[in-house]
Amino acid sequence: MKTIVEVKKLIKKFPVGTGFFTALNGVDLQFGEGEFAGLVGPSGSGKTTLLNIIGSLDVPSEGEVVVLCKSVGGLTPKQAAQLRKEELGFIFQNYNLLPVYTVFENVEFPLLLLNIPAAERKKRVLETLEWVGLSDKINSRPAQLSGGECQRVAIARAMVKRPLLVLADEPTANLDSDNSHKILQTMLKLNEELKTTFIFATHDEKVIGYLKRIIRLKDGKVVDDVVV
Amino acid sequence: MIRFLFKGLIRDKSRSLLPIIVVTVGVMMTVFLQAYMNGIFSDSIESTAKFSSGHVKVMTSAYKNNLSQMPNDYAITGVVDVLKMLRTDYPDMTWTDRIQFGGLLDAPDSSGNTRSQGNVMGMGLHLIGTNDEINRMDLSSTLLSGNFPKKRGDILVTDELCRKMNLKIGDEVTLMSGSMYGDMAMYNFRISGIIHFGTETLDRGLVVADIEDVRYALDMEDAAGEILGFFNDSPYDNKRAVALSDAFNAKYTKTDDKFSLAMLPMSGVGGMDFLIAYSENAQFIIILIFVFAMSIVLWNAGLVGGLRRYGEFGLRLAIGENKHEIYRSLIGESLLVGLIGSVIGIVIGLFFSYLMQKYGIDTSGVMKNSQLMMPTIFRSQINVTTYYIGFIPGVISTVIGAALAGIGIYKRQTANLFKELEN
Repeated sequence: MKTIVEVKKLIKKFPVGTGFFTALNGVDLQFGEGEFAGLVGPSGSGKTTLLNIIGSLDVPSEGEVVVLCKSVGGLTPKQAAQLRKEELGFIFQNYNLLPVYTVFENVEFPLLLLNIPAAERKKRVLETLEWVGLSDKINSRPAQLSGGECQRVAIARAMVKRPLLVLADEPTANLDSDNSHKILQTMLKLNEELKTTFIFATHDEKVIGYLKRIIRLKDGKVVDDVVV
Repeated sequence: MIRFLFKGLIRDKSRSLLPIIVVTVGVMMTVFLQAYMNGIFSDSIESTAKFSSGHVKVMTSAYKNNLSQMPNDYAITGVVDVLKMLRTDYPDMTWTDRIQFGGLLDAPDSSGNTRSQGNVMGMGLHLIGTNDEINRMDLSSTLLSGNFPKKRGDILVTDELCRKMNLKIGDEVTLMSGSMYGDMAMYNFRISGIIHFGTETLDRGLVVADIEDVRYALDMEDAAGEILGFFNDSPYDNKRAVALSDAFNAKYTKTDDKFSLAMLPMSGVGGMDFLIAYSENAQFIIILIFVFAMSIVLWNAGLVGGLRRYGEFGLRLAIGENKHEIYRSLIGESLLVGLIGSVIGIVIGLFFSYLMQKYGIDTSGVMKNSQLMMPTIFRSQINVTTYYIGFIPGVISTVIGAALAGIGIYKRQTANLFKELEN
């Protein structure tokens, strides 16, 4: 299995007052292609910090994180942005859809950043919206959608550029149980069909139920790493 | 991408409509104020030009060097030929000869003895048989009673002088002055009209007579103190007047001949250089004020917009746009808003300026007793600058406002985006 992410002896410290708070303390992990894995743990366990570093939004204090053969710590801000733009997909707890744009345009946005031609963009957006079951909502605005539909648009936005890795931070936190299951089933389907690697940061039992690999974090350390 | 951002801009009214309204209003005011001030300054300059300085003034070199004394002993002789030459060489200008003089006005009683006397300043103009000078100097609005000179020996006297010397229409007065050759000159006039300029210096003691009478009185046959030139096709243009004067002086002025001809642009007349320079720079002062004021308003609008778009910027950073790209797009949006607002503002500003230029505001009622020598109808004047001046505050202030408001983008820590986007 091709390695997508490799985390080696990762330490992340944040300055607090005159000292430091260690958010991650010697984390070693590997994620392969097509994994559906979750970083699970209580608040403050370091799961979002780890997701940040894997997503090249932050850099390690010590150790190394290699994402798609690129060491995150050695990237310039521009290179990090390039990595996120081309290879990574993000799903947020709050969907963060652009309110003035339609569903189609929200999903199209990452492709515009990649300068993909209009015809190709249209094809991919329509195809992706079909995957998430929103073909009939392409002209709707986010305000006209339910929470579950908004999160499906966010998934389509993350998936439209066919990223090798999708990072999702508490993607079901704002959804009811029914919608949460639908969203997770959609993501699972995409994971299986497209071999996209999904890494979640969550403490939601509903999400944990779908994970194929559960990595438990506590006080910045991996305390359990189980393949289900 | 540009189309995508443009769509967002059009749909998000708080990002487009509000700033466009601010820019439109600011630009409209800038355009109108520029045209208005241009009109006021131009009218003031034109009034002065028509009354005393011309757009250019031709004199002898010695007269020019002693201009404040109006020395008629250095007057231009052979005026008819000089005027002919000027009208031939400069057909796009109107030329008129005038004589300014000083003297003593004596009013006799019924037995011929002096009843009262007063110092006077005088002007000799073409008044009999033509209305050109009357119209040019708008003398009709100054005539309180009586008539303009219709026959030789008629003279106009200011009301203040009449009051001081106890004069009335029809009274005979004697002007005592110096002739062109330095000897004493005396000439009898009859008061045909009483005038009032509303300016203390003029009303204190000004007399106006036909130039032929003044020539006769001061023994200035075929002579005149000065010849005033006016551009036929435009108001005063300092560059043109200076260039014209330089060329004229290079051709006619001789350093060793004090009676050689010399030309003086209006800006060369004492005090006028400041007014002309000020009128030319006033528009830039207006621009500065509006750029400053509008930048603050648009900066605030940008800050509010930036807060509203906090999530959008965060998302765009997270999914791979870098900070420079977002900042550039923000500047691009502001440029577009500035251009659209400027075009609308200029069109509206030009419309109001045109109305003001065509109809003006008649202040003759309230200015009746004013001590200022100003036009009584305030008009704006649209010139080339009016068409583009609005773009400067419109575009610059919008871009400055967006640039200041957008600095916050550089303060975003990507490491906090997941947390920030949860809220």
